[in-house]
Amino acid sequence: MARSFTPKVVTANALLEGDAVWLTEDNTWTRDIREAELITDEAHGDLRLLEAQARADEIAGAYLADAKSGEDGPEPTHFREAFRTRGPSNYHHGKQAG
Amino acid sequence: MYKYNDFDEAFVRSRVAQFRGQVERRIDGSLTEDEFKPLRLMNGLYLQLHAYMLRVAVPYGTLNSAQMRQLAYIADKWDKGYGHFTTRQNIQYNWPKLQDVPDMLEALADVEMHAIQTSGNTIRNVTADHFAGAAADEIEDPRAIAELLRQWSTDHPEFQFLPRKFKIAVTGAAEDRAVTKAHDIGLRMVRNDAGEPGFEVIVGGGLGRTPMVGKVLRDFLPKADLLPYCEAIVSVYNLLGRRDNKYKARIKITVHENGLEKIQELVEDRFTTIRAGFSGHDQELLSEIETAFAPPAFAAKPTDGYEAARLANPAFRSWTDTNLSEHKADGYAIVSISIKKHGATPGDATSDQMRVMAELAEKYGHNELRISHEQNVILPHVHKSDLAKVYAALREADLATANIGLVSDIIACPGMDYCALATARSIPIAQEIATRFDELKIEHDIGQLKIKISGCINACGHHHVGHIGILGLDRAGVENYQITLGGDGTQTTSIGERAGPGFSAEEIVPAIERLVTGYLDLRDSPAETFLQTYRRLGMEPFKAILYPAEDKANAA
Ligand code: HEM
Ligand code: SF4
Repeated sequence: MARSFTPKVVTANALLEGDAVWLTEDNTWTRDIREAELITDEAHGDLRLLEAQARADEIAGAYLADAKSGEDGPEPTHFREAFRTRGPSNYHHGKQAG
Repeated sequence: MYKYNDFDEAFVRSRVAQFRGQVERRIDGSLTEDEFKPLRLMNGLYLQLHAYMLRVAVPYGTLNSAQMRQLAYIADKWDKGYGHFTTRQNIQYNWPKLQDVPDMLEALADVEMHAIQTSGNTIRNVTADHFAGAAADEIEDPRAIAELLRQWSTDHPEFQFLPRKFKIAVTGAAEDRAVTKAHDIGLRMVRNDAGEPGFEVIVGGGLGRTPMVGKVLRDFLPKADLLPYCEAIVSVYNLLGRRDNKYKARIKITVHENGLEKIQELVEDRFTTIRAGFSGHDQELLSEIETAFAPPAFAAKPTDGYEAARLANPAFRSWTDTNLSEHKADGYAIVSISIKKHGATPGDATSDQMRVMAELAEKYGHNELRISHEQNVILPHVHKSDLAKVYAALREADLATANIGLVSDIIACPGMDYCALATARSIPIAQEIATRFDELKIEHDIGQLKIKISGCINACGHHHVGHIGILGLDRAGVENYQITLGGDGTQTTSIGERAGPGFSAEEIVPAIERLVTGYLDLRDSPAETFLQTYRRLGMEPFKAILYPAEDKANAA
């Protein structure tokens, strides 16, 4: 049996605004992690990351982040990734300000 | 203050134009991020967790009112109406959009400011004592030297790709307010036996994952030799410094691995060669720069009303007790404006607050402002007869917190609220500690106490040199905070010692409260500071306070 693979999402920073974006199944970038494609296969993850990295004029710094399946779609598992879905805790700025 | 000459002006403008082109090419896709990253970093532009961040140098921490107003304007026009002042006398904007950055840099150039060499493996913004030119304990204003170093190091062709970043700090005073012993090069002005001013040259200090106290490379360096000597140090480091491992690339490791003696030999050798090539032009330049830093025309007038106002207003009195320092001119005081209101983000000022500070500097402060490495703003030259008016205006702007040097005057790096390298948050911890001690109403009783917080091992929040240092870590996917004790960033620099296992985000503030109230019982008199008590008693009693359960377990 293959070693277990933790589900992932492809994430990056948007080129102009610099905020967090996630890659969807239909190859768009979303600002809502719940709309992201949850990747459960390692080889597919590597491929999706390569495809994301090729889109140089849309994003910067693409990487695979751990995620899990939640009620409304993918959810972050680590606090760093959770902060990226919200924004800073000292001001009501960033994504949480909608 | 130093004014740009035609060369400076043309250089900064051409860099803005270059960067404008680079940003355009990045946006149209002709530059990849890998190609663009080193270019943006050369211009102080980082990519953080939620946005880009632009780091602007405040050379040796000095600003005039027009510059402060421009910083406010930039915050309003292209950011979210505030800026974050950092321990390296920079200001950081947390929300710029890529396409706006060239305009921001253009607006900075309009007031002789820039973001060049605020990142990358170059000689960074030269920092200085924030009381420079005003401190009573100063030999000479060190900013002329800092400006000379800035001109020499900016775009220096030999030093654009050093093994790692390189930080220089200068002070002209006996009391070290510039943390010179935690810099790659620290310069402390001293006098030789003949009474001439020169420098004690300290090398190889640094914080980060391997904190080290700088070592004295030269007891006394004549002022005239400063530039060739610094060039010798950097050029020796440039060749000898490790490029194979970025964690071993700072000069502190070069000095540690090669030994001080070998570095001394190499530097002195190189210095002899280099000095021969210095034909005196640097000294002409220095004397020109020195005239630019001539002290303002201090007024000789009575300090009428100051004592009366102190007596009449206890809040004003308390503020004068904590936020003023001794000035070298009669009748003057140095005002430290706290941008550490209890519960607020350390180092953040709104654009309105920036404008108020600019106006106060213009009206009452000979047009000068300083940014301190402790993330506060200084009005270096205020006549005592104006202090009551200054205080009243600061109060209106929510800037009159009387806490300089106290437990709530906390240094905190941006941590995981902004920084992509962070392992935990630091700002909320600072906010909670300040709020808690404000509720307890004991901070004046506690006295001098420096708490410094970093959100990762890089130590941007100076935690190693905090009397109490807090380091935020990621322990198995949960924020965890480690405490160090006994750090000191002054002339008696020491690196704090780890107290023991870390605390969770919920436990850390109560732990700090326990530690500080416990100290009140341990000190031998109210005059003994936390650091002095720690130095007298050592770690054990503090450990017992921090980990009471373990203590009982051991006793059982
Ligand atoms: C984008 C945000 C930042 C990044 C990526 C960053 C990166 C780093 C890194 C990697 C180090 C360790 C260097 C080494 O040990 O070789 C470091 C050290 C340091 N940084 Fe930052 N930093 C950031 C923000 C700040 C801020 C906001 C401040 C000021 C409040 C600051 C001041 C310092 C200081 C004082 C040190 C330790 C002194 C030393 O260089 O040894 N940095 N930083
Ligand atoms: S100490 Fe770490 S978390 Fe804090 S600003 Fe520096 S790199 Fe970021």
